Amino acid sequence: MENSFLIETKDLVKTYPMGQTKIFALNGVNLNFRPGEFSGLVGPSGSGKTTFLNIVGSLDSPTEGSAVVMGKKIEDLSHKQAAWLRNKSIGFIFQTFNLLPVYTVYENVELTLLLLKLSQKERKDKVMKALEWVKLADRAKSRPAQLSGGQSQRVAVARAIVKEPSIILADEPTANLDAENSFNILDTMEELSRELGTTFIFATHDEKVIKYLRRKITLVDGKVAKDEVFEQKDVKGEDQ
Amino acid sequence: MIIPRLALKNLLGAGLRTWLNVVVLSLSFVLIIWLQSLYKGMGDQAKQAKIDIEFAGGQYWHESYDPLDPLTLEDAHGVVPGSIQKKIDEGEATPILVAQASIYPEGRLRTILLKGIDPQQSVVNLPSKFLVQAGEEIPALIGARMAESTGLKLGDLVTVRWRDAKGTFDARDVQITQVMKTSVSTVDQGQIWIPLEKMRELMSLENESSLVVVAKNTEEIPTVPGWNFKSPEFLLADIESLVKTKTAGGSIMYVFLLLLAMLAIFNTQVLSIFRRRKEMGTMMALGFTRSKVIQLFTLEGAMHSVLAAIVAAIYGIPFLVWFSKTGWALPEGTDFGFALGEKIFPVYSVGLVLGTVVLVLMVTTIVSFLPTRKIARLKPTDALRGKMS
Repeated sequence: MENSFLIETKDLVKTYPMGQTKIFALNGVNLNFRPGEFSGLVGPSGSGKTTFLNIVGSLDSPTEGSAVVMGKKIEDLSHKQAAWLRNKSIGFIFQTFNLLPVYTVYENVELTLLLLKLSQKERKDKVMKALEWVKLADRAKSRPAQLSGGQSQRVAVARAIVKEPSIILADEPTANLDAENSFNILDTMEELSRELGTTFIFATHDEKVIKYLRRKITLVDGKVAKDEVFEQKDVKGEDQ
Repeated sequence: MIIPRLALKNLLGAGLRTWLNVVVLSLSFVLIIWLQSLYKGMGDQAKQAKIDIEFAGGQYWHESYDPLDPLTLEDAHGVVPGSIQKKIDEGEATPILVAQASIYPEGRLRTILLKGIDPQQSVVNLPSKFLVQAGEEIPALIGARMAESTGLKLGDLVTVRWRDAKGTFDARDVQITQVMKTSVSTVDQGQIWIPLEKMRELMSLENESSLVVVAKNTEEIPTVPGWNFKSPEFLLADIESLVKTKTAGGSIMYVFLLLLAMLAIFNTQVLSIFRRRKEMGTMMALGFTRSKVIQLFTLEGAMHSVLAAIVAAIYGIPFLVWFSKTGWALPEGTDFGFALGEKIFPVYSVGLVLGTVVLVLMVTTIVSFLPTRKIARLKPTDALRGKMS
């Protein structure tokens, strides 16, 4: 059973120096995630949500303990290996979208594929498919500055899913969006999770996101305070 | 090809910032090539003028002749040997007799060099035809510098005093039949040219010469006892070193222009790296390694010079071509210390253009790379937050 975990963390500790003392961002976190989970980390600011995503996303390494992602020990990875893992298997969605302003929507989504050895046609097919998923195929030639917040975040989602990664890490993806755009994004992500079996892990405060989660992990002071699994709900119905 | 593609896109996407840098850098390209070509043109022109007017294909010097030691001139002449005389008769060489003399323009004594040359010669580009004697007076040719310093004018008579072969002082009036405008001051300043045969007669030096100038492209240069052949390379050695000194001075401008352009690139790179940390973090999150991000930013900087070379070619080539035809008119009274005409014509070479492009490209790449080293220490998590590690 243990082999079926996509992500396993054991006694995960992350500290940051603060003058003479150490701040514990994560303090002994043990969490496992299976493929296709639609889960989220909730908790107050400073509870360690983003730190957890950064470590699991191989952007950072733990101070102590271990994080195994897709069978790779994050703490043992070189910079190059970590970059390769991110490129192949992990998609990121950021609160501020992080689209590159000089590239078009198409080029922003294509960017991550450029590092994979794909032909131009393969890349084009994948990019257009991803843009169709997020219903932005007609804006392929637009620049980020010409898009609304909701559209920008949908481009960011397309960029995260275009390589069909096993894991998507979304850090406050709806924080800069209004309710309607938040629901659109969440619907898209939930659909993708169901269709592609992608594991989504959110870090969020947003009640709208929390309503969509099938697993809610509450972090407090760098520790797991609660880990709840829900039956699927008709979120839209509730809200409407 | 991913990195060059992205670099070009980023560069063009940066808009005005890129084009300002490109314009500054392209100006440096054009100015560096223009300046260096002017120096090259100046050097070539000076050497060519000396060859045309003074040195031709080289000179046979009488063994005692030393142009830098006027005190030895009295004895520095001899009868031209047969093998050289043959060349003179065939029009492939022309003899020159040099002696010290004095003139008295406006009642003042001036020591000069009196030079005799065949009025019919065509070996050197001196207007010696004005030395053909038509009347009683001995015709004399002087340069514009000499005319200015002595106050002599066309048609003036001036008394020349010299010592003949027997050591006797003698004097005659000569009449200025031509004031030549020449870029070569060494055939002008402090000297008067008169007909060779007349000078030989006056000085009792029949068939004697101090030096013999050989025509350009003369292949056979026989060794002649008592006479030393001085090749054009030897004769041009001084001017070569003088031009080198002038060119070295010009290099300061070269370095200054290059530094100016590099400063613009360096500032842009530093600003880019400061402002685009989030972009770097995003790229790392997407799977770009640090080295790939460094390559990208370095190439972006280096590509400024590629764009600048293209822009420089667009407006620089017509400008440089036009300039090579019109030349640069030297201000009145300019004296570089060597032969220059009224205009300097730049000389471009493939080496100069390619060398400049390669040099600017290399320096731009280095200058672009230096600030990007910070990226190597950048943590992706800090970059995503817009922080510099």
